[in-house]
Amino acid sequence: MAQAHNDYYVPHDTHWWPIVGSVGLTSLVVGFAMALNGATGIGRFVMIAGVAVTLLMMFGWFGMVIKESSRGLYNKQVDRSFRWSMSWFIFSEVMFFAAFFGALFYARVYSLPWLGGAGSGALTNELLWPTFEFAWPSAGPDQLGGEFQAMPAWGIPAINTAILLTSGVTVTWAHHALRANHRGQLILGLFLTVALGLLFVGLQAFEYYEAYHHLNLKLSSGIYGSTFFMLTGFHGFHVTMGAIMLIVILLRSIKGHFDPDNHFAFEAVAWYWHFVDVVWLGLFIFVYWL
Amino acid sequence: MRHARAGLTVLFSGILLFLATPALAEWAVNMPVGVTPISREVYGLHMLIFWVCVAIGAGVFGVMLWSIFHHRKSRGVKAASFHEHHMVEVIWTVIPFLILVSMAVPAAKTLIRMEDTRDADLTLKVTGYQWMWQYEYLEDGVSFYSKLDSESNKARQLNSGIDPESVPHYLLNVDNPVVLPVNKKIRILTTANDVIHAWWVPALGVKKDAIPGFINEMWTLIEEPGIYRGQCAELCGKDHAFMPIVVKAVTEEEYRQWVAEQTGKSEAETASL
Amino acid sequence: MSTTAEQLHDHHHEHPKGVLAWITRWLTTTNHKDIGTLYLWFSFLMFFIGGFMAMIIRAELFQPGLQVVDPMFFNSMTTMHALMMIFGAVMPAFVGLANWMLPMMIGAPDMALPRLNNWSFWILPFAFAMLLSTLFMEGGGPAAGWTMYAPLVLQTGDAFPFLIFSVHLMGISSVMGAINIIATVLNMRAPGMTLLRMPLFVWTWLITAYLLIAVMPVLAGAVTMLLTDKFFGTSFFNPAGGGDPVMYQHIFWFFGHPEVYILILPAFGIVSQIIPTFARKRLFGYASMVYATASIAFLSFIVWAHHMFTVGMPLAGELFFMFATMLIAVPTGVKIFNWVATMWKGAMTFETPMLFALSFVVLFSIGGFSGLMLAITPADFQYHDTYFVVAHFHYVLVPGAIFAITAAVYYWLPKWTGHMYNEFLGKVHFWASMIFMNLTFFPMHFVGLAGMPRRIPDYAVQFADFNWVSSIGAFGFGISQLLFLFIVIKTVRGGKKATSQVWEGAHGLEWTVPSPAPHHTFSTPPDVNLMHKEAHS
Ligand code: HEA
Ligand code: HEA
Ligand code: CUA
Ligand SMILES: [Cu+2]
Repeated sequence: MAQAHNDYYVPHDTHWWPIVGSVGLTSLVVGFAMALNGATGIGRFVMIAGVAVTLLMMFGWFGMVIKESSRGLYNKQVDRSFRWSMSWFIFSEVMFFAAFFGALFYARVYSLPWLGGAGSGALTNELLWPTFEFAWPSAGPDQLGGEFQAMPAWGIPAINTAILLTSGVTVTWAHHALRANHRGQLILGLFLTVALGLLFVGLQAFEYYEAYHHLNLKLSSGIYGSTFFMLTGFHGFHVTMGAIMLIVILLRSIKGHFDPDNHFAFEAVAWYWHFVDVVWLGLFIFVYWL
Repeated sequence: MRHARAGLTVLFSGILLFLATPALAEWAVNMPVGVTPISREVYGLHMLIFWVCVAIGAGVFGVMLWSIFHHRKSRGVKAASFHEHHMVEVIWTVIPFLILVSMAVPAAKTLIRMEDTRDADLTLKVTGYQWMWQYEYLEDGVSFYSKLDSESNKARQLNSGIDPESVPHYLLNVDNPVVLPVNKKIRILTTANDVIHAWWVPALGVKKDAIPGFINEMWTLIEEPGIYRGQCAELCGKDHAFMPIVVKAVTEEEYRQWVAEQTGKSEAETASL
Repeated sequence: MSTTAEQLHDHHHEHPKGVLAWITRWLTTTNHKDIGTLYLWFSFLMFFIGGFMAMIIRAELFQPGLQVVDPMFFNSMTTMHALMMIFGAVMPAFVGLANWMLPMMIGAPDMALPRLNNWSFWILPFAFAMLLSTLFMEGGGPAAGWTMYAPLVLQTGDAFPFLIFSVHLMGISSVMGAINIIATVLNMRAPGMTLLRMPLFVWTWLITAYLLIAVMPVLAGAVTMLLTDKFFGTSFFNPAGGGDPVMYQHIFWFFGHPEVYILILPAFGIVSQIIPTFARKRLFGYASMVYATASIAFLSFIVWAHHMFTVGMPLAGELFFMFATMLIAVPTGVKIFNWVATMWKGAMTFETPMLFALSFVVLFSIGGFSGLMLAITPADFQYHDTYFVVAHFHYVLVPGAIFAITAAVYYWLPKWTGHMYNEFLGKVHFWASMIFMNLTFFPMHFVGLAGMPRRIPDYAVQFADFNWVSSIGAFGFGISQLLFLFIVIKTVRGGKKATSQVWEGAHGLEWTVPSPAPHHTFSTPPDVNLMHKEAHS
């Protein structure tokens, strides 16, 4: 095969996982769309089938990569391809969040003040929303969703910040341990990271419960509710994904995978974890605090 | 050789078509000059930048064509080997930049004037609906709706069998035109009730989006009485093509008279209710 | 398609025959050339579907009055035409060219992540099948324009969530494709292929890939907000809840403007490959080409609001976006001048790829000039949402992106198939396309200036004559593209054998491998340092 001359691993066999993934993703979104259009029953079924197929694809595909990696098929150059790809993937995620942060800034700096009569919004306020005054948090001139209370920064969110920051430390500790080949510390570090991640998700869920049941703060609470839940929600989703990936890494570590020089999967997940960490700092500052 | 000539012909016939403007009066090819100081300025800017582009284009394409004629292999030339020249590169970076600056200055001046809606004599509030306009004269208390006239409306149905040519001002006529006085600074406020529309009358040199929940401002000063037509200029659904605007510019007295009639009419209407 | 498969079969180790085997092969391939072929055929198909929709548009606009379709269907044709052309035709065509050529140009054995590459492609047919299926749904296809402005788009019927999700899928595909390209270019270059020795097509794609990764997720975010506004009660774009419909436009155009450069930078790269070949002279100002491309990419992030001059931004914003937009003419001008300087004192011949490339330079510039006119804010108040804008962007997209892609196909077809295309037919295709294209889109400047709004199925009678001309031109242009299809198929099936170098003036690694290129190239990386020394001695 071609690698006889060059050791960059170029797969030559037939490869079914992508097409499985496409079928999975498509059923997922088609089912979701059908459910949104009112065909809830069948829509939900198609969607769950899609999720299942997508998960199958991920297990199969990643499993194959892990196997190939442990067979030593990947040289340093392949490793670098993975590194570049993961970094750019994280950058794309950053840009996805940027869209929602952008919406938050725009609402706070432009649209709400204009509705309240600031700057070029004087007539907007006078003629269309005469009783509205700019304030933040706000559910807009019509108080969509009714009166609500904002989520205070210095309760659960502050604790969650501490949790995530600590988990950033524990994962780094685990990484150092891996490089020094201290398997025990590696597993402990990862275990702590996973535990902290799950604790974070749990607290976040509790916070949502509080918001809906005691603060009357809902996704439909105007622009505050929209930005609050979409930003924290997508972040929470990413933390969940990160935690699942960490669990996989933990299990693999327990099974004895990775060696001090060769552990890209570990690093990729660690990078990802730091990324959700940094996004959280942005959330804490701009969504909760300021 | 043959090809190059054909290319030339096509290129220049395009430019000639532009230059032949008066000969093509029927086939309107250019922006209307309009009847407001701003519309005239805008027209001036438009022509300025147009000619600048034509000049640059003529230069660049001229050199290119010369090269295509003379530096072809069939003429037995051998390719030169130069492939950079810093001075030239600096020059063709700096000169376009300077040209752009010289265009940006007058454009900025006009823009600043266009956005200055202070000290208006009259305020017209325009609200877009799917698919008609509502006009409110804030000082004079007149208010009405305006939509596509019924003749155009009949003709524009799918396979109506009515020849559009036979309908006067096909698609550019309304039941109730906006009446505005000449030589007054008129402030126009736009907003909408459902989706985004845009209020545009080319001869007045103004266009602004009508956005639900927000008020936009623009102004105009019409210098000649007459009838000016425009259309909604933001896709607003099925009948976006069918919500025209007609402005009737009249002298101040006529305007006053019209307002009196309108307020009388609306008073009568309320009385009869 | 089957012949292409046959062609490539020759060079691949024992592929079983039979329909099932054939399907399996194309579904599961991880070879960059196969995937490139898939992308290119897919893009061709989408071009025809999108073009067919344009024919419906032009048929309705052939004369005033409504004769062919009802207004709602017309709007969905306009919307779908643009989505098909941009996301279905032009972007996949560029990715297909990248797949085929980048590894060969930089001396790599394949793309960096061959399996991911397969997935990037195989998402697309699903996404577009979903999008096309919306035309048959309750309430019709999406009809709010390709820009999908809120609140109008929220009035879409059952098509709505399918529209949103198909955009998500396209986004996933593009981002994965772009990641693959960046990883390939940064990591897979042969020894001695330094960054500043890379062919310009590689450079422009590297920068394009960066743009894609930066903005496709933003589009995904924007349409996600639309989705939640419609179904989950959020108020991003609803003023009553403190949002703003204009906010959608800001987010959309933050994606949308870089997107238009995504549609043109690879075209710049293609033209920068072709002109030196047929002028038999090195590209003038290589380094400045690279810097100009990078500047265009940088500027593309700070000009987005030139699409929204009429939304009532504060004066300072209007001024800023006007100035920033005008600036883009400078680096773009540098490119045009460099191409002209490359021709200067060359020894030119005018094969079909060169003809398309030359007309690209002229006609793209015309589109650029009208772009510059649009950038003048006060004048844009008159131009905005008229056919003048439609004329502008078709000049940069049709003789811009489409001509560049066509040129690339003629240029590299011999390398792909091992056969020369028929030069006479190629020239007929060029002249027909060039003349009809101008006939279609030039008059749009006139009707636009005279006041014809865009996105209308019916118009006032004074616009009738030019619209008639446009429609004739459009039908002619469409039929000319059938000739293109014919030429390509003919070349795939047979024709004069191509040499390795194919073109007398061609330089670069892709011309050192046989034609057709074997299934695997550069399994052993070439030594570019050595080749460079030879070339310069
Ligand atoms: C390939 C795609 C592409 C490209 C390359 C461009 C290039 C440019 N575009 Fe275009 N544009 C679109 C695709 C593209 N555009 C699309 C699709 C839309 C409509 C979207 C929609 O609403 O649906 C649009 C709309 C659009 C608008 C909004 C119009 C409106 O809706 O009101 C504006 C306004 O500024 C604009 C400007 C420009 C400018 C300044 C350039 C510049 O990059 C051009 C630079 C090039 C040149 C200027 C020519 C060569 C230069 C020289 C020879 C040097 C010397 C020249 C001078 C000093 C003048 N474009
Ligand atoms: C890369 C992008 C791209 C390309 C290549 C094209 C190609 C064409 N476009 Fe498109 N167009 C857009 C991008 C593009 N367009 C965008 C972004 C919009 C704005 C949408 C919006 O407002 O939201 C638009 C809008 C648009 C409009 C305005 C619609 C409106 O405002 O309502 C029109 C009108 O004439 C038009 C025409 C054409 C034509 C005639 C072609 C031709 O070049 C197409 C030629 C190709 C073929 C014809 C296919 C091949 C042949 C066949 C399938 C055989 C059958 C042939 C016949 C029956 C003759 N386009
Ligand atoms: Cu109202 Cu378009
Ligand atoms: Cu733009």
